[in-house]
Amino acid sequence: MTDRLPGFSTLAVHAGAQPDPTTGARATPIYQTTSFVFNDADHAASLFGLQSFGNIYTRIGNPTNAVLEERVAALEGGTAALAVASGHAAQVVVLQQLMKPGDEIIAARKLYGGSINQFTHAFKSFGWNVAWADPDEIESFERAVTPHTKAIFIESIANPAGSVTDIEAIAAVARKAGVPLIVDNTLATPYLIKPIDHGADIVVHSLTKFLGGHGNSLGGIIVDAGTFDWSKDNKYPMLSEPRPEYHGIKIQETFGNFAFAIACRVLGLRDLGPALSPFNAFMILTGIETLPLRMQKHCDNAKAVAEFLAGHPAVASVNYAGLPGDKYNNLARKYAPKGAGAVFTFSLKGGYDAGVSLVSNLQLFSHLANVGDTRSLVIHPASTTHSQLDDAAKIKSGAAPDVVRLSIGIEDKDDLITDLDQALRA
Amino acid sequence: MNHDTYPDNYIRGILNSVKSIAMVGASPVNVRPSYFAFKYLAERGYDMIPVNPGYVGKSLLGKPFVASLADVGRPIDMIDIFRNSSHIMPVVEEALRLSPLPKVIWMQLGARDDAAAAKAEAVGIKVVMNRCPKIEYGRLSSEISWMGVNSRTLSAKRAPMPTQGMRLSLNRMSVGGGQTAASDRVAKNKTETT
Repeated sequence: MTDRLPGFSTLAVHAGAQPDPTTGARATPIYQTTSFVFNDADHAASLFGLQSFGNIYTRIGNPTNAVLEERVAALEGGTAALAVASGHAAQVVVLQQLMKPGDEIIAARKLYGGSINQFTHAFKSFGWNVAWADPDEIESFERAVTPHTKAIFIESIANPAGSVTDIEAIAAVARKAGVPLIVDNTLATPYLIKPIDHGADIVVHSLTKFLGGHGNSLGGIIVDAGTFDWSKDNKYPMLSEPRPEYHGIKIQETFGNFAFAIACRVLGLRDLGPALSPFNAFMILTGIETLPLRMQKHCDNAKAVAEFLAGHPAVASVNYAGLPGDKYNNLARKYAPKGAGAVFTFSLKGGYDAGVSLVSNLQLFSHLANVGDTRSLVIHPASTTHSQLDDAAKIKSGAAPDVVRLSIGIEDKDDLITDLDQALRA
Repeated sequence: MNHDTYPDNYIRGILNSVKSIAMVGASPVNVRPSYFAFKYLAERGYDMIPVNPGYVGKSLLGKPFVASLADVGRPIDMIDIFRNSSHIMPVVEEALRLSPLPKVIWMQLGARDDAAAAKAEAVGIKVVMNRCPKIEYGRLSSEISWMGVNSRTLSAKRAPMPTQGMRLSLNRMSVGGGQTAASDRVAKNKTETT
């Protein structure tokens, strides 16, 4: 038995997946079952009491989902993970472990529009307050810290403009404030950026995007870095104090450096309910096997398309961190040397009307509200994903009215460029 | 031995070789981590001995409590100490008076006493600190993967189904020596600041 670290591609194929003990099946079976029989009453009691490892009910855990969890934990360099029904579900479950009514989270202003809505409206109804900070100005995070701050939330590569966040600088703010840093790594994937290496304590994903990668299955995941001491003060009682749901067990004392993932499972997923379908877990696992191949192609295509657009007479500007001279190019070279992702925005000299016309003229790009598909996608954020924001907030989040967002697929790049060229000329 | 991080082969060697384990600080209260670990290790086939002077006359899962290591009255392969760091040294000193000596002294998650570890290692006893044998056994056998935990092992071999009282194979290929880079970093920082 050698203690040697396998490469990323080996982990993407193998981590978490052992041939099925009963049948010998090599691909991970889809355990499409709600429940699992107990050996006897004592076994049942020890499972419910968290004394044994094992399966009870698919809302709490499922063997197919567990393979996905270990796979993503291994790729991110975390101690454990919990798969849930969507990226949004991951965010609710994470914050339920950390927040009580009246508590605050500091969030980067540049976020997926759906997250901005969730934080602003849904979380407000739980009494969870959000303080917005600007990832381009690290001091704005420091200024937002109060005694009620429980976490800082950022995206590694931020939607919609593909801007790269200085994770290490914001991790330093979080450490000083004594709160965990949560990083949404959806647009980068661990192939491009591993936030835990840069100081993240919790990583979340919408698996729906590049990890699943084929635009066919929703999913979300929470990765525990195993780096945060939840018991150093009484700020995080879900982890440090006896839990009445489990006869007084203290989660961190019992589970050590994967306590946060366990809390998300046995206190969050169990009681809130957003379980991932085992079928979706299987589809996403299959997608992850080719993540390194796909992600490199996504990035290479995106760079070629961004370069083409930057030289096009109808284009006013391109925001792609992979382009030399881009505002985020230095951060991209530091954090994502293999590529700056495949989601970016550009603006048209013809403004809003030109954007609408471009979207309708494109033949190969699909007009829809998703990113991270094998297919290339286009959307006009101001009228869709970011439509609930006012104009000032749209501009601050990178979704001004003249901006078009692309998610570049893994087609042949020349075909994508030809399609954009004809649509811009039409 | 570097006690910030352990190679999987070190932990694997210990869990594969010891048969009897005396658990100092074992509790019959079924929400205490010591109870979980005692029960799990007993189910995996280890010969478990509960040591706790407060419960002499009672038994834990059919095994009678003894007051001290000296009262065990037979050779012990491993001593698993479920006490805070400040209570480790007297237990190690007691262990060093046993004849024959134990092969392994294991201190639970959160427990670490480098001076006590050095004393034990000086007479050839293997030491593990700040780890849980239940978690390590579950991890190396990949049984813990059912909880979404990163076992940091890989295998393309078909595993046998775990059953009551059965020892699982721990001989899987390890990923990078056991710990994640991030947890190593935290352990190192903690050691340096204390």
